Amino acid sequence: MSVLQALDIGLALLVFAVAAWTIFARGAFAATVGYVVYGLLLSLVWIRLFAVDVALTEAAIGSGVTGILLIGAAARLRGGETAGDERSLSGAARLFTAGLCILVALALAGVVLLLPDQGPSLARQSMQNLAETGLGNPVTAVLIAYRSFDTMLEKVVLVLAVVGVWSLAADRYWGGAPGEARAARPEPTLAFLAQVLAPLGILVGVHIFWVGADEPGGAFQGGAILAAMWMIVMMARLTEAPQTNAFWLRLALVAGPLVFLAAGVAGSIFAGGFFAYPPWLAKPAILFIETFMVLSIAVTLPMLVAGPPRREPRQ
Amino acid sequence: MTSATLGGLVGAALVGLGLYGLIAKPQPLRKILAFNLMGSGVFLVFGIVARKGAAAGLQADPVPQAMVITGIVVAFAASALAVNLVLRLFEAAGQATLSRDAWAKLPDDGAGPV
Amino acid sequence: MRVDSSAIAATAGGGLLALPILLPVVGVLLSFLIGGRRAEWIALVLMPVELAVAVAIACLVWRSGEPLVYTLAGYTPPLGIALRADGFSAVMLVTAGLIAPAAALFARASFASPRGTEKRAPLVFWTLLQGIQAALSVIFLGADLFNLYVGLELLTFAAVPLVCLDGRPETLAAALRYLLFALFGSVFYLLGVALLYGAYGTLDIALLAPLIRPQPAVWLAAALMTAGLLAKTALFPLHLWLPSAHANAPAAASAVLSGLVVKGSFFLVVRLWFDVLASLPGVVPGTILAALGSAAILFGSVLALRQERLKMLIAYSTVAQIGYLFLMFPLSRGPWAADAFSGGVMQASSHAFAKAAMFLSAGLIAESLGHDRIAELGGAARAMPATFLALGLGGLSLMGLPPSGGFVAKWLLMKASIACGQWVWAVVMAAGGLLAGGYLYRVLAPAVSGESPLLQKRPARSRESVALALALVAVLLAFAPPGFFAFLQIGRPAAGLALQ
Repeated sequence: MSVLQALDIGLALLVFAVAAWTIFARGAFAATVGYVVYGLLLSLVWIRLFAVDVALTEAAIGSGVTGILLIGAAARLRGGETAGDERSLSGAARLFTAGLCILVALALAGVVLLLPDQGPSLARQSMQNLAETGLGNPVTAVLIAYRSFDTMLEKVVLVLAVVGVWSLAADRYWGGAPGEARAARPEPTLAFLAQVLAPLGILVGVHIFWVGADEPGGAFQGGAILAAMWMIVMMARLTEAPQTNAFWLRLALVAGPLVFLAAGVAGSIFAGGFFAYPPWLAKPAILFIETFMVLSIAVTLPMLVAGPPRREPRQ
Repeated sequence: MTSATLGGLVGAALVGLGLYGLIAKPQPLRKILAFNLMGSGVFLVFGIVARKGAAAGLQADPVPQAMVITGIVVAFAASALAVNLVLRLFEAAGQATLSRDAWAKLPDDGAGPV
Repeated sequence: MRVDSSAIAATAGGGLLALPILLPVVGVLLSFLIGGRRAEWIALVLMPVELAVAVAIACLVWRSGEPLVYTLAGYTPPLGIALRADGFSAVMLVTAGLIAPAAALFARASFASPRGTEKRAPLVFWTLLQGIQAALSVIFLGADLFNLYVGLELLTFAAVPLVCLDGRPETLAAALRYLLFALFGSVFYLLGVALLYGAYGTLDIALLAPLIRPQPAVWLAAALMTAGLLAKTALFPLHLWLPSAHANAPAAASAVLSGLVVKGSFFLVVRLWFDVLASLPGVVPGTILAALGSAAILFGSVLALRQERLKMLIAYSTVAQIGYLFLMFPLSRGPWAADAFSGGVMQASSHAFAKAAMFLSAGLIAESLGHDRIAELGGAARAMPATFLALGLGGLSLMGLPPSGGFVAKWLLMKASIACGQWVWAVVMAAGGLLAGGYLYRVLAPAVSGESPLLQKRPARSRESVALALALVAVLLAFAPPGFFAFLQIGRPAAGLALQ
């Protein structure tokens, strides 16, 4: 067994152990921290699977932003955990559920192991069509060219998520800003961190987005980093969360899907089909669309974490 | 054991773990955590499929990778909606619980909304 | 088996297929961006256009006798994504195209956008209603399994916040429960998709179908995807989330949730078993689905009998009526396959109209009387005759009494079940019809007799008309010409579910 194989097995066991801890740990806060660790370990697994774009996305969104969301929630729910006796499943029900889950896991493992080693794949077709998109990264080509319709619809899912989260506000707070009303004085340590990290992070985010056309990276990963920077700056109270009725905020939120949609419709006029790109314009069009996608993602993710409006709207 | 085989086993185990957490843990936040775990297990299965589809000079089939990226973003949005629902529920009712007994104590909602 | 490449080549007029998806998406984005009163205007302007497009698609499918196909982005499957409209798609598109604007018109009074500052509930309602339409269009027209997953997510995100629109703790809990069940469903569906891609390297339905073999990966994928979709369709025993979610939502939202949203995931179960997995031996899975459906019919109807609130009764009735939908699965082989299929589709469509009418009527009743307690509905029909007529006509379809779409659906299913020798389903349907009669009698009998109560508020004529119109459509479906049933067969593979 080579060193790499031993490391792989070690990583796999570690991932499983941390995941199990996330499920079975006593307190929600501990479990949530465990989940963030799990996410980072998972990114390593993705790199071992040669899916670097996915590793970046998992680290940025799956572990990073989701982690901020869950930790914030666990902290706020801390008081309520002991209150209201949670009726756990009875011992018999738990045993039955465990049996069911083990069965599903075994069936899945069996089927996955039985999959042929050189399985059917669209890698060849992806590479064959890569040249006409002008891109160098096949994953980006799948996302913004071959299966662009899926990606556009996914951006709409994000908009609906924001509407859903905002809908939870009390009527009188509608249009106001999310987050508790609190003193505007910046918190010194966080502020320092934010002031150092944010400019750097913005550069990294833009770079990862831009380079994603040809190397691992892309709009989602870059956008998530930019989103994280804005969240840090907001958490350090260097800037206030925006009002939810602000036109610029809504424009930023819908810009990605709207531009994508417009490009798709333009495709039907100039390229013979919805969401098609004329070959001579493909790469610039893709980068144009991605720019607005990054903007929307950078704005959407923090708004989803910030939650519904909690302050009265200022006129 | 190739990394693909290992990944497949881990993915299957995570799906099983996540499913157990989703069904068995009573607190909504733990269920959301478990759902995320389960989702990442499913994504790993996609990843194995991608790795097994290595061809044409690529180490992994890009189509499943793109699906995983889409899935991660959607899963985050779902978690955000769910978490905010839990927090709002906690705010409105003083308890974040889905058990029906808890609601039996609330006044009868006769008319309901229109 | 040779892949039928004509199945994935775009057909003339296929570009029309993108419109039912793109128009409501534009509506969602603009409603959210511009907000205020204009969100409502945008919705009300776009909905008739969407209905017109749905009818146009149906006409094109009818005239060509073949499904309409369109490939997006200029890339053909398996690399690209296709849209496909067969007879079933067209019927469901038109159903959604009629019910959504009806709910919108009804909702104008409850969600009137005021002049000046934007209010929460109206903006959320108008945006999410259009979101539901976009999602349903993706589901009805999608020909790629992952694209359909995105459609399912779109549907969940649009539907869940409507449940808790009023912000009460009970509705928040109901919404959370709904979301958790829906997310479980999505994950299981996605896992199945991963396995199918791993086995065959394509997710396009037309390309996948001829490749399917009864191997472990396919069986597991089928089981996982079906389980996930059943959770979203609230089929027994995964129905726990539905009653409180549908009963406590605003009336217009309940109409869309019970009428349309649950039909989306049901549509995908049919797509899965009748199109993708058509070559699998379907006897055992079909029987399991019908058994669960039967349990749903009996369980849901009995629980409906015991409800104190009208809206909860109607919600449990949805649980029961969803069960009828799954009776078509074991009956879809041999010479009766077409009848069983038509019965299932007719049930889906007529229930959508009938249930929407009933929820809208219940909303009017609750608003006018200040409550919806069944025990205190005595004489209410005298005070609100049109409302109770809508309720009654919807109930007619639910019971399966002629003339109504529900009667035709149940009669077709019964005919198929007796002809196939599977008598048990016919018995279950008969029992279901009797029980439905029971719970409807509980509501309507006291309402038509006794002293008419004092109304807090007269129901608006226009809103009553909307409910009545929907109920009348459910009744008029009974007069569908034979051409309608031939239309449903457009795009069906000849054999139905395999008999092995």
